[in-house]
Amino acid sequence: MTTGEGTVRLRPPRNRPDRGAVGWWRAQWLLLTAAPVAVLGILGAFIAPARFWLWTPAAVLAVLGLSCAVLFPLWWFRIHRWEVTDEAVYVRTGVLLREWRIAPMSRIQTVDTVRGPLEQLFGLATVTVTTASAKGAVRIEGLAHDTAADLAERLTRITQDTPGDAT
Amino acid sequence: MSTAADATGPPWRRIHRRTVLVTALVTAGVAVGAAVPAVAGLSGRLGYPAAIGWALAGAALLIGCATAGDYVRWRRTRYRVGGERVELHTGLLLVKRRSLARERIRSVDLTAHPLQRILGLVTVRIGTGDQTGGESTLELDPVARAEGERLRRDLLDRALHEAPGTHRDGELARFDLRWIRYAPVSFVAPMLGGAAVGGVLQISDWVGAQGEVIDWVADRFRDTPLVWAIVVLVLAALVSGVVGALGLWAEMWWNYRLEREPGGTLRVRRGLLTSRSLSVEERRLRGVDLVEPLGVRLTGAARLDAITTGLAKDEEAQGADHNTLLPAAPRPFVDAIAVEVLREPLAPTGAPLTPHPPAARARRLRRALTAALAPVLVLTALGVLLTPVLLWIALGCAVVGLPLSVALALDAYRSLGHTLSGGYLVTRSGTVRRSTAALQRSGVIGWTVRQSCFQRRAGLLSVTATTAAGAGAYTARDTDASEGLAFASEAVPGLLEPFLVRD
Repeated sequence: MTTGEGTVRLRPPRNRPDRGAVGWWRAQWLLLTAAPVAVLGILGAFIAPARFWLWTPAAVLAVLGLSCAVLFPLWWFRIHRWEVTDEAVYVRTGVLLREWRIAPMSRIQTVDTVRGPLEQLFGLATVTVTTASAKGAVRIEGLAHDTAADLAERLTRITQDTPGDAT
Repeated sequence: MSTAADATGPPWRRIHRRTVLVTALVTAGVAVGAAVPAVAGLSGRLGYPAAIGWALAGAALLIGCATAGDYVRWRRTRYRVGGERVELHTGLLLVKRRSLARERIRSVDLTAHPLQRILGLVTVRIGTGDQTGGESTLELDPVARAEGERLRRDLLDRALHEAPGTHRDGELARFDLRWIRYAPVSFVAPMLGGAAVGGVLQISDWVGAQGEVIDWVADRFRDTPLVWAIVVLVLAALVSGVVGALGLWAEMWWNYRLEREPGGTLRVRRGLLTSRSLSVEERRLRGVDLVEPLGVRLTGAARLDAITTGLAKDEEAQGADHNTLLPAAPRPFVDAIAVEVLREPLAPTGAPLTPHPPAARARRLRRALTAALAPVLVLTALGVLLTPVLLWIALGCAVVGLPLSVALALDAYRSLGHTLSGGYLVTRSGTVRRSTAALQRSGVIGWTVRQSCFQRRAGLLSVTATTAAGAGAYTARDTDASEGLAFASEAVPGLLEPFLVRD
């Protein structure tokens, strides 16, 4: 149904996230896995009778978390894309639930750049663009610091030049 | 607080002096409500005279404190309306000075509860376009009714913008008692019925007589079979729910009027005891939402909500009906009002819609069957393991649940649709609460396209138009992948087009 005469589809945005994003996503997965595994492992070390029932789920969680940490970031890196034209910001995200978001320049209200502690470590930043709609925010994740700074400056300049209250 | 600005600006005004009286009376009411059980509780230990004495002393203290507090509030609250800004100063220790730019004011809302109505007062709420919450609303509680009307007229009176078309000014719709027939079929009736039963049990529990109430009811039905007793009790609860729904409807919609005022403002006035007035600038109107709850839809009626930026979003206005333009009324009349409100030649809410592909129906059927069969399977498994009674319950669930969920799924599919009608894009979805949203195409401030892996396999996707007004986003669910994108691209020329590929 997606092929045939006269069908329309969305083309992928032009830019990929920074290569370092894979490492950042991986680190997030590993931290997310490490916390419960560590708790279960330590409990198992101290409570000998329940050791089997604590270490088995810990092992299962560790294997699951590790495989997610290996696979998902690679997959995301292939899917996540972004693009900024003179008219709009365009972003594609999501592996299982794919999402394309488009916000026109003329309706952008704020441009935020956020660098979390983990992002700092990998030299990355996230740029969030909001419009007057409570549900219209567009996030561009995994940008290199200087790319993010340039982008934020460019977006801010364009939106300042646009008159009106963007509703 | 006397600064240079005071000398140059317009004079400061106070809120109405009678607010102190209102507070005293309301507190007195609360005090009486609290004193009666307190006297009943204390009289056992202290005897009646002492108990009444204590209660009176407590009530006097309470009323005195509240009245004094409100007197201070009255003394310390002042406001003024200048050429550029509206300013409000409040607070004794923590002085709060707030000001709103007049050009950002989007709505002026007047309400008066019964006591305020008797004393000729109204509460004025001045709202801006922000969706961020209470900080964007100024509340003057209360001012004289005439002063409230003056504020409303002044603040919303802008340069008249010439509207196209020949749509009329003045009254668009007025109260019609026949609409009350749609009150009992709403979801309010069963809810109120349940609340009535719960209320009786709760109050009897407070008095310590819950057991007696249950025994008394059991006595009435001593000689009737259990099934009839249940039927009668459910009917009684329903009847009380219907009576409650009628009462609530009358309180909310009595004296209803929808008017267009010169200067392009829509105004809704309504209320039997508490009178409410809501004004919305037409410049802020981004469309209408035609809402049909299941019962109302089956009787051929619908309700009309406004999709607008900058309606008051504070706690008090969170109630369901703060943006309703028209209560449940016959469908053709609702479409006619939509035409008048939107100044369109044809009602976008009545436009024929593009149906969605059969794959969308398959998705809904699959979801409905899963939801209906999951409890049946669990009950069957437990029944096999534990007791055959559960098997009968499982059978009952299957007999009732399956046809019901299939019917709802088919209806949900029939409800799906989208189209472009004049300057509006229209999306419809939902079965228990079917909503037909007509959104101004120029009010669309972005697109979100979503596709799960199931939708990808079925060749479907969901297209969401984001907007600054109303719910913030309106979605056409499960459209054909290609047709949905073409629809979005046509709705707002130029926005989506650069990112599309045509094969």
